[in-house]
Amino acid sequence: MSTLTETHSGSTTSPVEMTYRQAVNAALEDEMAADEAVILLGEDVASSGGVFKTNDGLAERFGAGRVRNTPICENTFVGAALGMAVTGMRPVVEIMFSDFLPTAADAIVNEVAKFRFMSGGQCSVPLTVRSIGGGTGRFGSQHSATGESFLLQAAGLKIATASSPASAYATLRAAIRDQDPVLVFEHKALYGRRGPVVRDLGAIPPVGRARLVRNGSDATVVATLLMADRTLAAAEQLAPEGIDLELIDPCWLRPMDLPAIEASVGRTGRLLVVEEQVHAGGWGATVISHVAQSGIRLRAAPTALSLRDDVLIPYCPPLEDAVIPSVESIVAAARRLVGQPVTTA
Amino acid sequence: MMADAERRPVVDDSRLLTWLRKMVEIRLFEERVQELFMEGLIQGTTHLCQGQEAVSVGAVEALAPADYLTITYRGHGHALARGMSLESAFAELMGRSTGCCKGLGGSMHLADFSIGLIGAFAIVGAGVPVALGAAVSSSARRRDSVAMTFLGDGGTNIGTFHECLNMAAVWKAPLVVVVENNLYGEYSPLATTTAVTDIAERAGAYGIPGVIVDGQDVQEVHRVAAEAVARARAGAGPTLIEAKTYRYRGHSRTDPASYRPAGELELWKQRDPIELLSTTLVERGVLPAEGGARLREEVQRAVDESARRAAAAGYLDLEEMKACVYAD
Repeated sequence: MSTLTETHSGSTTSPVEMTYRQAVNAALEDEMAADEAVILLGEDVASSGGVFKTNDGLAERFGAGRVRNTPICENTFVGAALGMAVTGMRPVVEIMFSDFLPTAADAIVNEVAKFRFMSGGQCSVPLTVRSIGGGTGRFGSQHSATGESFLLQAAGLKIATASSPASAYATLRAAIRDQDPVLVFEHKALYGRRGPVVRDLGAIPPVGRARLVRNGSDATVVATLLMADRTLAAAEQLAPEGIDLELIDPCWLRPMDLPAIEASVGRTGRLLVVEEQVHAGGWGATVISHVAQSGIRLRAAPTALSLRDDVLIPYCPPLEDAVIPSVESIVAAARRLVGQPVTTA
Repeated sequence: MMADAERRPVVDDSRLLTWLRKMVEIRLFEERVQELFMEGLIQGTTHLCQGQEAVSVGAVEALAPADYLTITYRGHGHALARGMSLESAFAELMGRSTGCCKGLGGSMHLADFSIGLIGAFAIVGAGVPVALGAAVSSSARRRDSVAMTFLGDGGTNIGTFHECLNMAAVWKAPLVVVVENNLYGEYSPLATTTAVTDIAERAGAYGIPGVIVDGQDVQEVHRVAAEAVARARAGAGPTLIEAKTYRYRGHSRTDPASYRPAGELELWKQRDPIELLSTTLVERGVLPAEGGARLREEVQRAVDESARRAAAAGYLDLEEMKACVYAD
């Protein structure tokens, strides 16, 4: 049996409804209040609550010294955050669009990820990078990537994604409290989503724990960010047809909760990964690889739904809609998967 | 503007002798590194700083114990100047568990948090933002630590150098940036890659002081560095120091430096930093005429003994290595 839970059991605090944006804000506020070593930095983070208004009120409450606007120079301010992290601070860096993450790739891949290791474990690197990404906003090719798998190869990093207000709050707080560098990916199309959030440290699942979003028996769907949100809608649409999807949001891509995913696939015998990125080299391919290597007997070949045909995200609204997996395309993929004949193993 | 020796504050004779010993230590350490490489006890690559010892010692000696330092892959001199033991450095280069980074870093990644040496970077320019962060962190935590970072002339053409000077100036960060201009970025003469060959002039673009100093004169390097450190500590912001110097060896192990014009090396060796300070000390009667040779023998014995002890140590095992990837 999976040990996945929507909320962790260690809390008696009642959940409150809030938006994903408010959940990010609450996580930042609660961590800044808990530890004065936590500071925010990035482009315009202190100006009017930040470009996506996730930082509303933080500069006012905690002061300009702890909410710092930087020049536009990602590689340098992430590198500087590393210098802060190894000298007693817990910096939280905002990358305004995940497409800008590669400009900081040297700092993240070569410095942040390798720093503790190369020093022989002399230091820890409690550094969080919040990266805001995702399509459907008509932002064009350079402002729409989720970026969640860009740096999957960088051992030494931890990587989280947030698909709901609850997971946005929980993963961000867990990331900031972690002693290792964590990239947390948020999806800008989700900022307005509402959901219950338990604003309590005791409600936060451990780093690396996946979230069971929906119980089901016919197929396991693994999805992150907006795709988890859309898969949930697809599952509700399929339920009256008698197709019962189990939805797992891994939340953490590194370390990934492979035992939970494999346990689920072991029960359902079917696997669909839904990702808002090209399939090759991403976390979805990693999930399929692990399941294939696990020896689990599958009732159908695993399926991946991703950015169609490895194309880039266009501005053109109908074309953007056509390339990103939609509720309808997830419904169709699930029907095909469940309808497939039993394979002979 | 070449610094003016007459404005130089008086440095205690015993301190000058310490600096001389440090420079000899660095020189002989690297001589032994060459030998250990031939014996196969050090592998991979090394980047020697022979000829540049006065920059390492003069600048690092301007720091207080609680100050921070980031250095480069040509960092043996900086690390030893900051107080890393010969044995710790040798062991690191030999990949031994007793090395400063347990043998995981190697020649290009000397780090020792116990002496404020945050790290050595083998990505050109990457140590500058980290030093900037340490400097900002010091101010944010209301400490008075200063951060110093070293890079080469080649490092001043990468974006982080410029981004950092700008950000450090805007934030008035207590940062001292020391550029060792040794005339070559890897195999390329400076003028073939760099539009402004007096690197210190680039400070003007960021509204911060830029100072050129004779990198072969340890006292001058120290004077200029001490002023920059004092300025940073007083809250007046960053300084860019350019030390004009020369590396006697090629860029790395495999580089015979055949791109250098005939006679250039010999010309620079006439202003060898160790010889310059020795001569001064002999002239002032601080060091007896044969004192330089005796010092060299003493240091050589320490180098031999440290290398021997380093070679006797073992390696980390795989499980111990894995524990260094993540803290949690």
